[in-house]
Amino acid sequence: MRKLTDALYSSGTVPRQSSGQAGHPTAHESARRQVAGSARYVDDLPEPARLLHAAVGLADVAAGSLKSLSIDAVRRSKGVRGVVTIDDVPGHRDIGAVFPGDPVLVDGEILFHGQPLFAVAADSYEQARQAALAAEWVIEPGTPVLTVEAARAANATVGKTVEFQNGDSSTALERAPHQLSGEIHIGGQEHFYLEGQASLVIPEEDGGMMVYTSSQHPTEVQKLVAEVLGVPFNQVTVDVRRMGGGFGGKESQAAQWACLAALLARQTGRPVKLRLPRGVDMAATGKRHPFVNRWRLGFDDQGLIQAADIEVNGVCGYSPDLSNAIVDRAMFHSDNAYFLGASRVVGHRSKTHTVSNTAFRGFGGPQGMMTIEAALDDIARAIGEDPLTVRKRNLYGTDDRNVTPYHMTVEDNILPELIERLENDSDYWVRREEISEFNRANPVIRKGLALTPVKFGISFTAKHLNQAGALIHIYTDGSIHLNHGGTEMGQGLFTKVAQVVATEFGVALEAVQVSSTRTDKVPNTSPTAASSGTDLNGKAAQNAARTIKQRLIEFATDHYAVRPDQIRFEHGDVIIADQRLSFAELVQAAYLNRISLSATGYYRTPKLHWDADRGQGRPFLYFAYGAACSEVSLDTLTGEYSVDRVDILHDVGHSLNPAIDIGQIEGGFIQGMGWLTTEELKWDDQGRLLSNSPMNYKIPSIGDTPPIFNVALYPQSNREDTIFKSKAVGEPPLMLPISVWCALRDAVASVADYRISPPLDAPATPERLLFAIDAIHDAERNAS
Amino acid sequence: MTTFLLNREPISLTDTDPDMTVLEYLRQDAGLTGTKEGCASGDCGACTVVVGENTPDGLRYRSLNSCITFVHSLNGKQVLTVEHLVRNGELHPVQDALVRHHGSQCGFCTPGFVMSLFALYHSEAPPQREAVLSALSGNLCRCTGYRPIIDAALEVLQQRHGDAFDLEREAIEAELGQMETSVLPNTPKADPSVGFWQPRTRQELAKTLESAPDARFSAGSTDLALEKTQSSRSLHGLIDLTRVEGLNSVIVDDTGIHIGAAVSYSDLEPALLADYPEAAEWLERLGSRPIRNRGTLGGNLGTASPIGDTPPLLIALGAEVTLASGHGERRIPVAELITGYRRTQLQAGEWIDTVHLPRRRPGSELRAYKISKRFEDDISTVCAVFYLEPDDERVAEIRAAFGGLAATPLWLPDWQASLVGQHWPSLDIEEAARRLADELAPIDDVRASARYRVRVTANLLKRFHLETTRTDQLSRVFNSGVAHHA
Repeated sequence: MRKLTDALYSSGTVPRQSSGQAGHPTAHESARRQVAGSARYVDDLPEPARLLHAAVGLADVAAGSLKSLSIDAVRRSKGVRGVVTIDDVPGHRDIGAVFPGDPVLVDGEILFHGQPLFAVAADSYEQARQAALAAEWVIEPGTPVLTVEAARAANATVGKTVEFQNGDSSTALERAPHQLSGEIHIGGQEHFYLEGQASLVIPEEDGGMMVYTSSQHPTEVQKLVAEVLGVPFNQVTVDVRRMGGGFGGKESQAAQWACLAALLARQTGRPVKLRLPRGVDMAATGKRHPFVNRWRLGFDDQGLIQAADIEVNGVCGYSPDLSNAIVDRAMFHSDNAYFLGASRVVGHRSKTHTVSNTAFRGFGGPQGMMTIEAALDDIARAIGEDPLTVRKRNLYGTDDRNVTPYHMTVEDNILPELIERLENDSDYWVRREEISEFNRANPVIRKGLALTPVKFGISFTAKHLNQAGALIHIYTDGSIHLNHGGTEMGQGLFTKVAQVVATEFGVALEAVQVSSTRTDKVPNTSPTAASSGTDLNGKAAQNAARTIKQRLIEFATDHYAVRPDQIRFEHGDVIIADQRLSFAELVQAAYLNRISLSATGYYRTPKLHWDADRGQGRPFLYFAYGAACSEVSLDTLTGEYSVDRVDILHDVGHSLNPAIDIGQIEGGFIQGMGWLTTEELKWDDQGRLLSNSPMNYKIPSIGDTPPIFNVALYPQSNREDTIFKSKAVGEPPLMLPISVWCALRDAVASVADYRISPPLDAPATPERLLFAIDAIHDAERNAS
Repeated sequence: MTTFLLNREPISLTDTDPDMTVLEYLRQDAGLTGTKEGCASGDCGACTVVVGENTPDGLRYRSLNSCITFVHSLNGKQVLTVEHLVRNGELHPVQDALVRHHGSQCGFCTPGFVMSLFALYHSEAPPQREAVLSALSGNLCRCTGYRPIIDAALEVLQQRHGDAFDLEREAIEAELGQMETSVLPNTPKADPSVGFWQPRTRQELAKTLESAPDARFSAGSTDLALEKTQSSRSLHGLIDLTRVEGLNSVIVDDTGIHIGAAVSYSDLEPALLADYPEAAEWLERLGSRPIRNRGTLGGNLGTASPIGDTPPLLIALGAEVTLASGHGERRIPVAELITGYRRTQLQAGEWIDTVHLPRRRPGSELRAYKISKRFEDDISTVCAVFYLEPDDERVAEIRAAFGGLAATPLWLPDWQASLVGQHWPSLDIEEAARRLADELAPIDDVRASARYRVRVTANLLKRFHLETTRTDQLSRVFNSGVAHHA
């Protein structure tokens, strides 16, 4: 017999501490390679021979019909090897993710300013970009629909209006002692993943394609590339090692660029790389949905809400993309953490001649939540109470007042205790006093304070997506190869799932090799989205590990003549009764005795049901909770401000990796703060995106990090059976900085001694804040 | 021929396009893909590299944006990339600290942070938060929220010790010293208008300009390079001004602060702030650290952008500028240089040579305000600079200049004149602000509305009055005592 191999991890060489096991703050699996510059992204891969570089030509009007497109000059341009238009698509021309409406290139009608008209491949990136400028076209311009108002007037929608109704809201509203109403415009957000969209496609000998892409949804890229080319899915393989950030922007909208590269690869027979320059990425890919939301609340003298009528309007852009689920999620979160009494929630989906807005961390939830938080501030001002007092009064109850507008009972509410703890840890009431005193003494600089909660529903609201698969191989040196359907975009998913597997086998984390997500290893996967990556893939990987482990136990029971309960996997060893073997030794013995060392694992989320027609059910397995207290200083002369202190207490259940979870909380907070403060999308009146570069679209920079930034994890396990009782963490923290927006509004309100709730849209730019101060002065004058 | 050190390897470029950027060179030609392209406009810092050069004080490292720096400008220098920081499989202390503090998530921005941190590590900066924020002001991270990066930076600065680069210092200094750094010939080219020239003297500059009259001036190229990276326009002829003796130095004497047009902001910082410390926040906000390591007064004046931040300061201070050519020179007020939207009165054959700031007058007051959506590295919504010379509490001289309010930098001589002779502390500032507002006719754009610009400009005058008459009132949210270091 050939010698098997030396055991990779023999007994005693593995650290006895369970470093890297579930629950430990292990460094990100790629951290060392990332700081060394050796972690590869799509554009860093060694280039295959005869590689071509692609670029796209973009429409320069927002609406109209394409009368002619001349690409002769593009073809003649230096270095050009191929050009594709919609007429060069052999298979499906529409790549809509869920519903149709997304032609892979302009198909007659111009849908938005920046829509790709054609794609060109050339010997170099520069040549492709130059060539893309050479096309000529005639477009008969139409009248672009650009606002919610115009869309409503034109009855332009990308989906049916949805309504939740719980109780007789209109009667309850009428009967409530007090009523307030309001409207808020909430801006969208550019993802600004640092790595732009990129795909590298290599034609295979059978007409298929090998696709390397930066996508959160390899399976969808596989499906769409196959459909566009008109080949079976099994001829397309998609590989995603990592993304340089995704945040939802590469859930559905990475596919188009892979499809275009594949079309060019098919045409030229050569490998093609398409990566978008930042300006093209910003113009041609969707963003967080802007919303225009209206609300009417009935409440008593204590500010306790008795009835609610809430309308959310998502600006979806030209196509459905994921917008229906996004507006649904805005509706699901328009209660945030509060019992609304008799309630009606309506969600409209406006169709506009702008880029098709898409998933972005929170997926509509943040825009729903903003609305009710703005409303609660208004109630507090109306009854003359501190907003925190009113918020606490309105929290969901545990035994009663615990049913949402969509008829789901909130079973796991921990917010009353969580908020109380944060209230104490952050010295909310002491600081409230100090701030009031400060504001009385300072006419120019005003401070503001706010503590706001988050309750975020975890699960895909499309039930079928709540499933995952994994694949584990154990090699005869004891090393473990792990694959699952989730993708790594920086969130630490690969690290956490590897920790799960290492824990199951009782081996060091280094024994588990995580590798690219590939459609030929784990098929038919869901996007890595909805914060569900670890919940789903962690469970699937655990199931795969347990399958193999069970085989090993059965083998050992038989082989060593022991009982199953005499076998333990720990510290890289296997204890079999009074015998200690290294994990590799057991694996080798199992191999020699013809035990399969490879297994798939599968998981589907339990308990979910949703009746879309009635707007009722249990769309979420559980909720993730958190709260943040933010303090700001506002310059009333200019509207500029600083965020001075932030305290966060957040619920991740039993953390799989506290370092990664805290990273998600901090990063989500700052990203959400950017959405609500400095990040302002602007279009001109012809539908051209003005904020089209990092020169004029400002994500938070390092100086925006609050000098005092305390983040703590709420020490309580998930009550549901999730992977090691952890909770999802990707999206929920993004909504914690609603406290920053509320604190800014609090600072403005101080100008009129908190008697008036100032009008304020999002983002709260210096300009909006200065005019909010003006508005409050005007309101004061009118009142006196 | 352009020669430089790529990490430790001597490189000679003979046939490389004049407008090839350092980033293109690194990723395409050198196969060093650790340095990333995030925006190709100098805004995100994913492409940050460190350039070492010999100075009178020895080898000095500075961070810069490789995406908007021309590779030929590296002539005679050393460029350090992230790959080179790992020695024998050992991470550099700044890399190690980032790992231990969980400072990377997606990792795409990380090499840029590593290089900015490396430059900070080798600077004299104190281990303080302000120094860290300043050094990393040009690096965007979309994942972490920066807190772990700040912690890593502070720890590594506190525990600073020698590294492999200290051991190599003398060898590198010697290598750079020996490196052929004479004028780039580029002459064998068929087309005499194609080239990247690095004249050493004003005479050479004049001659180069004569032979390549259509060539563009380049110093920091923080604006110029965007024509290539953002608009795909090739730049065939480039004249690098940073090696011209006199254009690359600062002289302070009794007659003024004389700043060569090609001196970077980082290099003019000490002289400027010594006389005008109130300009510290303005300078911090003018651009990120890597941008300030490259950008120049000559460039900012030459592009004559209405949103340039230096013209308002220079005009308010009454600065002058020398324009020179092969045939002589003339000195004019900065206020007269800019004649229209992105137009100056610079003639063919002329270059912006030196900017002359007056020395500080005792008792004078200066405030340089910048308003933008984001504190760091943002374009001004409004830049407003006020300068006052009081005489026994009366206005002897007042100058105000503004950016972002018109097609050119704006100053209002009549409005200024109306204030002269008035008693400053008791001035009816509301009325003065109203009259100022009446003079303004800005436009709406992506940064702000015209209405906001007018309101905020009038309010900034009020702030200037408040800050120069009342010391008992807090008037700023931003701490203007940010640390400064090159």
